[in-house]
Amino acid sequence: MSNETPKEVALLIKRCPNPQATAYWEEFKVPYYPKMNVVSALMEIQKNPINARGESATPVAWDCNCLEEVCGACTMLINGRVRQACSTLVDMLSQPIRLAPLSKFSLVRDLVVDRQVMFTNLRKVKAWIEIDGTYDMGPGPNISQKVQEQAYELSKCMTCGSCLEVCPNVNSKSKFIGPAAIAQVELMNSHPIGAQQKEARLQALMGEGGIAECGNAQNCVKACPKNIPLTRSIARLNRATTVQGLKNWLNR
Amino acid sequence: MIGTFFWRRLHSLSGIIPIGVFLAEHMFINSLALKGKSSFNQGVALLHSIPYLFAVELVVIFLPLLFHAFYGLWLVYLTKNNVLPYTYFRNWLFYLQRVTALITLLFVGWHVWVLRFSSGLTAGNAFSVVAHALHSPAVMVLYIIGLLATFGHFTNGLWSFLVTWGITVGERAQRVAAYVCIVVFLVFTVVGLNALGAFI
Repeated sequence: MSNETPKEVALLIKRCPNPQATAYWEEFKVPYYPKMNVVSALMEIQKNPINARGESATPVAWDCNCLEEVCGACTMLINGRVRQACSTLVDMLSQPIRLAPLSKFSLVRDLVVDRQVMFTNLRKVKAWIEIDGTYDMGPGPNISQKVQEQAYELSKCMTCGSCLEVCPNVNSKSKFIGPAAIAQVELMNSHPIGAQQKEARLQALMGEGGIAECGNAQNCVKACPKNIPLTRSIARLNRATTVQGLKNWLNR
Repeated sequence: MIGTFFWRRLHSLSGIIPIGVFLAEHMFINSLALKGKSSFNQGVALLHSIPYLFAVELVVIFLPLLFHAFYGLWLVYLTKNNVLPYTYFRNWLFYLQRVTALITLLFVGWHVWVLRFSSGLTAGNAFSVVAHALHSPAVMVLYIIGLLATFGHFTNGLWSFLVTWGITVGERAQRVAAYVCIVVFLVFTVVGLNALGAFI
């Protein structure tokens, strides 16, 4: 950092009013204050939507929610790389700070994208645990400390989409569901009640857009803001689907 | 049901068995040239003595190679590489796997066309036919590039095969496998280039 405190923060933002329109870059300058993050810089634009050329602009649209990197809503491309706007500090960035929406999801407006596909993928792989019955099923089995610790890491997923954004095999040409949903299969399969649907989840992973589409670039594990061991989950489920595939073939 | 899962796993396997095994066998026979012209020609004669030779070649080499190449081209098309914003080591190897795939395809296509189908190579003239094909420095340089691309593609594919089939699961196992694959790459490079030099 330079000795002189900067007075202004320059932001270059990729704007697009609707999914059909052509995107354009617009520059903004907002007052600087110490320890500001990208969300607070965007809030400054909201207060006074005048661009760097002094023209009145439409306020920039973006998503945010928790402001503490647990919801994933403010995930966007910051200086070309996927980050959460809330946990990215302006002091750590070179200026002008370039903000763009995630490129692997359908655009809603400006920095807002629709990540519904991630929830669709979770449904595809049955990433839930069936506990409903017609009678009281009693208390569930105990879960060992070891399994709990591994499950906790996987449960931190906030479906932010960082792993899909950085994956070279997730794109408009491919149907790959991406690393997040695969790791959730491991989470649900490691639960003693969830394990009752283990085979159904493995079959779903072996379907179209499933685990076999992974090309081992391993960007996901590097980009995950929650440090989820995604590539370990993928490799474990590679083994489980290999075994399941042999069973499908030889046990019938 | 035969779907993407089956074809992807078969693609991964076919690169190792039979193609990788054949590559090792090929380098072994090439290395006979280090022991002289007649040793190499005897090696070729041994291969030519395999019963049902064309059927063996078709099933063990040509069909797996064609499947691996053309399904692989589809996989190259499906990828959107991003090594510039995300400069991770594995991302580079993932990208290089696709670059070397294309180089290897061109190299192997050219090599097979020239030395298998149009040179009239027999057990009697094998050494001199190969030496003649390799006599220009430009061809030699293209062969060195082709061999390095082939070995790189094979050994990185071996690492990827171990992950894809669920053999190396943990981070440590995958790291150790990477070192082993580097050693395999170096062995192939030394053996392959040394054998190439024997034809000069």
